Amino acid sequence: MHIVVCIKQVPDSAQIRVHPVTNTIMRQGVPSVVNPYDLFALEEALRLKDQFGGRVTVLCMGPPQAEDALKKCISFGADDAILVTDRAFAGADTLATSYALSAAIRKIGEEQAVDVVFTGKQTIDGDTAQVGPGIAKRLGLQLLSYVSRIVELDLDARHIIVERRAEGGVQVLKTAVPCLITMLENTNEMRFAPMENMIRAARYEVRKWNKEAAGIADITKIGLKGSPTVVSKVFGPTPREDKAEMLNAETSTPRDMALNMLQMIFTRKPELEAQIVGNV
Amino acid sequence: MSTPTPPASAASKPLTPTKGGRNLELSEALKAYKGVWVFIEHDRGVVHPVSWELIGEGRKLADKLGVSLSGVLLGSPDDKLDAFATEAFHFGADSCYVVRDLVLKGYRNEPYTKGLTDLVNKYQPEIVLLGATSQGRDLAGSVATTLLTGLTADCTELNIDSNTRALAATRPTFGGSLLCTIMTLAYRPQMATVRPRVFQMPPSDAARTGSIIEDTLSMVESSIITKLIDFIPDAQSNKVNIAYADIIIAGGKGLKNPDNFKLVWDLARVLGAEVGATRAAVQAGWVENERQVGQTGKTVRAKLYIAAGISGAIQHRVGMEDSDVILAINTDANAPIFDFAHYGIVGNAMTVLPALTDAFREHIAVRGRKVA
Amino acid sequence: MNEKFDVIVVGAGPSGNAAAYTAAKGGLKVLQIERGETPGSKNVQGAILYADALEKIIPDFRDDAPLERHIIEQRMWVLDDESFIGTHFRSNDYNKPPYNRYTIIRAQFDKWFSSKVREAGALVICETTVEKLLMDGTQVVGVRCDRLGGDVFADVVILADGVNSTLARKAGFHGELAAGDVALAVKEILFMPEEMIQARFNIQEDEGVVIEMMGKITDGMMGTGFLYTNRDSLTIGVGCMLGDFKNNPNRTAPYTLLENMKRHPAIAPLIAGGEMKEYAAHLLPEGGFHAIPQVYGNGWMIVGDSGGFVNSVHREGSNLAMTTGRLAAETVLAARTEGKPMSAATLRAYKTTLDASFVMKDMHKYRDMPSVFHKNKQFFTTYPELVNRAASTMLTVDGIDKKAKERQIFSSFRRSRSLTGLVGDAYKLWRALR
Repeated sequence: MHIVVCIKQVPDSAQIRVHPVTNTIMRQGVPSVVNPYDLFALEEALRLKDQFGGRVTVLCMGPPQAEDALKKCISFGADDAILVTDRAFAGADTLATSYALSAAIRKIGEEQAVDVVFTGKQTIDGDTAQVGPGIAKRLGLQLLSYVSRIVELDLDARHIIVERRAEGGVQVLKTAVPCLITMLENTNEMRFAPMENMIRAARYEVRKWNKEAAGIADITKIGLKGSPTVVSKVFGPTPREDKAEMLNAETSTPRDMALNMLQMIFTRKPELEAQIVGNV
Repeated sequence: MSTPTPPASAASKPLTPTKGGRNLELSEALKAYKGVWVFIEHDRGVVHPVSWELIGEGRKLADKLGVSLSGVLLGSPDDKLDAFATEAFHFGADSCYVVRDLVLKGYRNEPYTKGLTDLVNKYQPEIVLLGATSQGRDLAGSVATTLLTGLTADCTELNIDSNTRALAATRPTFGGSLLCTIMTLAYRPQMATVRPRVFQMPPSDAARTGSIIEDTLSMVESSIITKLIDFIPDAQSNKVNIAYADIIIAGGKGLKNPDNFKLVWDLARVLGAEVGATRAAVQAGWVENERQVGQTGKTVRAKLYIAAGISGAIQHRVGMEDSDVILAINTDANAPIFDFAHYGIVGNAMTVLPALTDAFREHIAVRGRKVA
Repeated sequence: MNEKFDVIVVGAGPSGNAAAYTAAKGGLKVLQIERGETPGSKNVQGAILYADALEKIIPDFRDDAPLERHIIEQRMWVLDDESFIGTHFRSNDYNKPPYNRYTIIRAQFDKWFSSKVREAGALVICETTVEKLLMDGTQVVGVRCDRLGGDVFADVVILADGVNSTLARKAGFHGELAAGDVALAVKEILFMPEEMIQARFNIQEDEGVVIEMMGKITDGMMGTGFLYTNRDSLTIGVGCMLGDFKNNPNRTAPYTLLENMKRHPAIAPLIAGGEMKEYAAHLLPEGGFHAIPQVYGNGWMIVGDSGGFVNSVHREGSNLAMTTGRLAAETVLAARTEGKPMSAATLRAYKTTLDASFVMKDMHKYRDMPSVFHKNKQFFTTYPELVNRAASTMLTVDGIDKKAKERQIFSSFRRSRSLTGLVGDAYKLWRALR
């Protein structure tokens, strides 16, 4: 069995700071990490590999430094890692990204046919959740999004049964492999890499593909040119016109301050008071 | 699969290329795309409220453009699609495209993608809006890729750019620290998804009517690979429906540890409120992720939102700023949350929360007695 | 089975990187183990790079290392609450390439250094903690990591695990670190446009200034403050002995100390408008010569902060760290060439070269500094005030003759400290600096 897991290297959002006055992002010194949602996809892929054998190939599109993210995936137990990197990819939106990644997956498939493609639910820097469905569509794979559990995989019958998170419940879907799964978060827990894998990852040379190696001939479909969406402006949030009414906890007892606050809220919204009293 | 709409570059030749040969001009052929569409999401007999919220917002966009607003209803013959269409008219739609087919029983990516894609190619709307739900996102990505057009996900604001008449879709960017406005200039339709509760529920006018345009789907069940074999509804007891909660007490990293987070629950219990949290608090494992409020969590429009130990990063802000009354508690008087809260308490949430809990409890006891 | 390496280096700070780089460059099979998320993610110390130490390791480092500004001016300030008195030493000699000192931003520099280590052929693994040294009798034969199958073996283990080094302590190579031998420093990086920095500090492009400060800014504790110019940011910080923070009667927290320092009338205008980008706190060994433990044994050596190699008087740490790392690796290389076992007898050569190098000479020269300052807090309390008052008295034009002013100054010194005390202090300081 051959599984491809698509990952992205993202800035560790927990460490991004925004300047309060200029609203510029203080990116310097912010370490890059594997998109946390992708780790659920990788772990699920590794579990399938544990169960059925085969290979896990990790794929990433990004700058040369993204190699670190791929090496990290190797340490968790992936067999191979490919970084699709080319200046021509810069400025790609979700459509152009899914084009480049699907081309690379096709190329990977030429080496060994791919049975399942995994992606995370979404990235933490783009938050679109659109690249996974895009890849599936471009590759003509059955899309299983927001999968919370793989119920059954039968490689002989070539079918898979999964539970998919929907509004108000879980869909149980059965489909054929190959397929593309976007994995829901908190569905598994990433393993702690054994020492042997850590050393293997340190030694591992990530395969780097430029656009030609990834099988991309038409450069109008990648990067900025291949992106229908145009960012027209980037801006910080605007403060509300009327400033918040402030109480300082240090100038009165917590009790007085709390009572004061209640008074203020209920004067502004008398119906809230009725509702709260009614609730209880 | 239907023929994808060719990119504008193929359709017209005199282009004014800007920015590295990028095509930013709308071709004549694509100028024929007219009208605003809202995909109406329904499952097991219920329309997701986000669809009505989008009808409300779509109405405003259609009026600005001077075009009509339509709903799109895909479903099986035994779904109450006519009733849904009537409701769509009440909320502001002028017409509804309705496709009834047995293969559309229960949401599945493949038939729904084909259904919506075919309709778009046939009737050529300029804007297609979908809810950013698990169904809407699943469908939007597939349809936009099939049509090779632009899709802006999880928008927090929609407008019409006065120069280009293009949809100006605003969404948080860079991990939720800034906002950006995105336009699809040279491709049609312009697609966007919007999360539940970002827009208000529009008023319903029972007198409004509209027309229904029936269409068909040329697909047979045997050609569809994915089968929906079961649906397991969430148990009622562990359903967290924070998006539609009236009162929310939310906690952030400023609470420092899971023990202090219990103070949030204490206040919530007294008020009969839901508990919310920031991404950081959820990632720290203090609360389940269904309670996350913000760009990657839920968007809420509470009547009262109490934010304790939350600094107010955009990622969180876009999820709650439309609440009627926001009370923020933070030790840092310069925390961004005070820029958009209505009331602020500069102080330690660990002392302020219990004080508020006591004050509310007493108040309710006194008032409750008066009522009785 | 578990792999065996020639050398295992524990830690990816400057000393560990120097050791791993030198050993790998010399053709040895090297494994470097770092507990932080990325190499250098735990490194925050200092921001001055002394070219000489690095040049001996990577001669052409100037080609691609992320260097901020070369330092052409060094200021030493003694501050009281309102004023400062100081010396500025600026020389055009410092402006002739190759430059000898640079300001750096550690996060970027360490990343670069680590990439060089990898290029040299060492294997670098992160997020892995070495729990203990593996022993065969008295010989260190490898390390045990906190991972499944975590035993890895090597002929020699170089401990570069920093000031918190628990490994050497666990193995009984050195005792508990005394709070009096460790300093706690806090620092911030403040964004500022290049042009503004150049105008404020009277420097051109690429030129940099370093200000070292002592006096009331440390609230009576033993320590110093510092301000460095980077390309488009300033590094400002203050460090004091950990023991002093514990015993501080005002319970001044490190961060408060820094905030107060930033508000000092002599400092505030220099940093005004700077936007905070990074805040970090770290420990550094400042016990000096007397606190240096045994640094070698059967199959092991200690380098950098873990060995206490910091010259607190000249605020030099990373150059000592790099030099000790290099010397340790060179010792292994020489031993290999000569076919010697990695025994204490062989590795003693490390200590011998160390003693002959500037490292031990400097450490020895200032061996009494820490205790002099430690026992005599007047250097951080009374004296800065007196010196500033003296300068103010001398320089204020108010119709009093200079002779009378001198008397005034002298008596103010006398009032604050007895004559024998003054003479004694001068003597102690002279002894320590001699």
